[in-house]
Amino acid sequence: MALQPCTETPDKTINNDLHPQASEKTPVQGVATQDFPVLKERGQREVFCGLTGIVWLHRKMQDAFFLVVGSRTCAHLIQSAAGVMIFAEPRFGTAVLGERDLAGLADANDELERVVAQLLSRRPDIKTLFLVGSCPSEVIKLDLAKAAEKLNHRYFPGVRVLNYSGSGIETTFTEGEDACLASMVPVLPEKETEAPALMVVGSLADVVEDQFKRLFDQMGIGPVSFFPPRRASSLPSVGKGTKLLIAQPFLSGTARLLMARGAELLPSPYPFGIEGTTTWLKTAAEAWGIDADVFDQAIAPAVARATTGLEHYKQVLNGRKAFLFPDSQLEIPLARFLSRECGMELIEVGTPYIDRLLMDAEIALLPKGTALSEGQDVEKQLDRCREARPDITVCGLGLANPLEAEGLSTKWSIELVFSPLHGYDQTADLAELFVRSTERRRRLSV
Amino acid sequence: MELTLWTYEGPPHVGAMRVATSLEDVHYVLHAPQGDTYADLLFTMIERRDQRPPVTYTTFQARDLGGDTAEMVKTSVRDAYERFKPKVMLVGESCTAELIQDQPGSLAESMNLPIPVVSLELPAYSKKENWGASETLYHLVRKLLLSSALPPGTVRPERDSAIRPKANIIGPTALGFRCRDDIQEVMKLLAEIGVDVNVVAPLGATPDDLMRIPDADFNICLYPEIALTTCDWLKRNFAQPMVKTVPIGVGATRDFITEIGEIAGIDVSRALRRSHADTLGNWSASRLSSLAAPGASRLPWYSRSVDSTYLTGKRVFIFGDATHAVAAARIATEELGFTLVGIGTYSRKFARQVREVAKQHGLEAVISDDYLAVEEAVAEAAPELVLGTQMERHIAKRLGIPCAVISTPIHVQDVPARYSPQMGWEGANVIFDDWVHPLMMGLEEHLIGMFREDFEFAEGHMSHLHTAPHVSNEPAPTAVMAHSTGAVAANADDKPMAAASGDADEANWSPDGIAELKKIPFFVRGKVKRNTEKFASDRGITSITVDTLYEAKAAIGK
Repeated sequence: MALQPCTETPDKTINNDLHPQASEKTPVQGVATQDFPVLKERGQREVFCGLTGIVWLHRKMQDAFFLVVGSRTCAHLIQSAAGVMIFAEPRFGTAVLGERDLAGLADANDELERVVAQLLSRRPDIKTLFLVGSCPSEVIKLDLAKAAEKLNHRYFPGVRVLNYSGSGIETTFTEGEDACLASMVPVLPEKETEAPALMVVGSLADVVEDQFKRLFDQMGIGPVSFFPPRRASSLPSVGKGTKLLIAQPFLSGTARLLMARGAELLPSPYPFGIEGTTTWLKTAAEAWGIDADVFDQAIAPAVARATTGLEHYKQVLNGRKAFLFPDSQLEIPLARFLSRECGMELIEVGTPYIDRLLMDAEIALLPKGTALSEGQDVEKQLDRCREARPDITVCGLGLANPLEAEGLSTKWSIELVFSPLHGYDQTADLAELFVRSTERRRRLSV
Repeated sequence: MELTLWTYEGPPHVGAMRVATSLEDVHYVLHAPQGDTYADLLFTMIERRDQRPPVTYTTFQARDLGGDTAEMVKTSVRDAYERFKPKVMLVGESCTAELIQDQPGSLAESMNLPIPVVSLELPAYSKKENWGASETLYHLVRKLLLSSALPPGTVRPERDSAIRPKANIIGPTALGFRCRDDIQEVMKLLAEIGVDVNVVAPLGATPDDLMRIPDADFNICLYPEIALTTCDWLKRNFAQPMVKTVPIGVGATRDFITEIGEIAGIDVSRALRRSHADTLGNWSASRLSSLAAPGASRLPWYSRSVDSTYLTGKRVFIFGDATHAVAAARIATEELGFTLVGIGTYSRKFARQVREVAKQHGLEAVISDDYLAVEEAVAEAAPELVLGTQMERHIAKRLGIPCAVISTPIHVQDVPARYSPQMGWEGANVIFDDWVHPLMMGLEEHLIGMFREDFEFAEGHMSHLHTAPHVSNEPAPTAVMAHSTGAVAANADDKPMAAASGDADEANWSPDGIAELKKIPFFVRGKVKRNTEKFASDRGITSITVDTLYEAKAAIGK
């Protein structure tokens, strides 16, 4: 497998030339990612598909329902990934395609209309319905955009119907959130003035949102909106003057669409760890021309807390070796945190794909020569991992127990997506997740 | 198109994975898009397996669809053969690959691998997991044994009476319900009556073991949902009779022994006698100090013990795969003295026998894989105990009813560390404990019934083991902790919601009537309320008083 410069962008539908001029202004921009050879692999990919994003999105937006149009496999996947049946009646479901649908005996649009009517009569509290495309619906070319349009005629404004694809043939794991948010961009209201307004993009735990909001308030940055909103029916506005601060490193399509609506991207590393959070906040502060003293004063207490909290874990992690399997797109920012703030040595940092628009600022902070890999051939990657015997392996649930059984300490990557880990006050929690499996091994003598 | 919120069964290729994962030296190449690898975690997390399932996925993406996805299949088959060196290869497709019609099975067969290749065609849009497992086992066994099948009409030669009879145990799989421990328990039963075990399959078998299946005198169809098709084929092609009784519960275990006695032509009367005689006196010194004594079930004596009288007539609702549901109904009614108030299954193929059981108890069976329909049926039946799958565990939690899990689909807590079979004598012991412990203890129940207004008895107070259901209709405030095992979140969290008491509409009730209604245990209150309201409306009574309530009770009974 040849080493090649990193080139791949994941985006197949959106014009990549919508390049922000803004990016040139930011301090971390301009480090050539060509310095980082990327191992590009094609083979078996042990990653979730984009449908998995529904597991957190349906909790984030409390008035939204996610209807997957797919197969029994799709229903089984979400149920298995969601930690089976935490909620007896979730705000997601699957319209399972049957043979009649495939043979064209039943008109798919009529069928979908029937299922949606059934669903909405059960759940009158639903204000936004996402029709979510899947592998089978994509392959049979079911036009969910058209279906959504038709349903909107019937249900809007009571219920807004949107559509996106979470199919495995088009999306990996967290790309599902990107596709979901991208589907909301066209219906965001137009911003009334051109005055600057900050939009934080990406699902964050409510508690983290509140922490960031307090910091922005103290600095005098505002107005601030969060996208996605907690209620899908209260959409933030976008337009000239909107400045985008991206909180999750997997929102390529959403970022580009927001930019196409006049918003300006503030490229930044992501708010993981003290350094990441400070740089991220600073990016916004600079865009608002906030005085350095004001900024420092606003963050000082939180930085002090985070430094104290991190200190203990740092000592445990320092000098240990980490190997990250591709999963959630958080791998590069997390590797940066583990290396720069925890002193870990990076054996390999795998990620499903590398979008330079959103990842350049992060890659630039990695130690020079870090082994990056993009895509996956899981068997070969496992061979490399076994050979390297890392102290901690970040991987998916399918791999974790088998690696533990081989004596390797693992951290389930899915927990990194589903826990509040952004920002200062979660920095110690983030480090602790990597310490825990090592600590557990130390305690156990059986 | 069918609206599904939760599913009882996965797609058929997951059934095939269960069989592949059960076996050794078998590899499954699955033509499937990226994302379908999620199924690995069912095995590595729920069952805590220390190895990945022996499955290679082609994980094609959209950009591959224009190109040569068929070539991807061949590459995957070749690489998997080189890397894993299996003795048999299964090749199939998941739902999406079925649509692109690459026919991976035929492709693999044409590659001339030096091992048998079994092509699996499992229609994903009409069939489900258990069927997929059943077909996979059948096609695998058929592939390996077809060439040695006996000519039609061949009669099996009489077994030399000096040789002990040999049996195959067919059906236990990965992700089955307590299969791991059931096998042990069935082997103990067989040992006691002098039957040798020839092959256990698929769990723990190699292809060479499968080749030895014809050496046995008969097959034990232990899990019919998965084993019946294979056992039928073996019966036709190798004249191997089939033992059909599933030994779950004391009565069924006795029947199982009897059936084996008939099929194998051996005397099993001693074992049967002991199973009747050896239910008392578990405390004698000789017994306590003997390691060699064959086990017997304590269930009969525990059930007869006066402490268990409070179990009499407990209303129980049963739902699961057909085999476990039917077995549970028999144990519940004949061995624990419960009253069956509802029964159903998601296994449509085996619905007939569940319907028969329902009919014997004057019930209509719930044959459905729509958990909302099941939930409605549970609420309607107002049981005091639900025996079901993981889905019913959640339904029961919502309704504030005690529950025990008796069937797949399972979760991590259904794969306990301790020895915990369902079959045989020890299985009956386990069942007694697992079903009785969630219930309120006898005296506790009386005290709560008598002094319902004690301020420390919260509404819906059930027992020392249960928290009171809370009254809001909001889902439990769990963060979405989606470890796929989910056990932590699932346990920490979901306090049951208000019982289906139907308290909302009290228009026809007088204040004294409603006050009296609230003294009725909440798990039957909904039913009493509905019955009373029907009684009232049938008689044109517009205000339901205390008297109406008791008149209705007298007219309708409990």
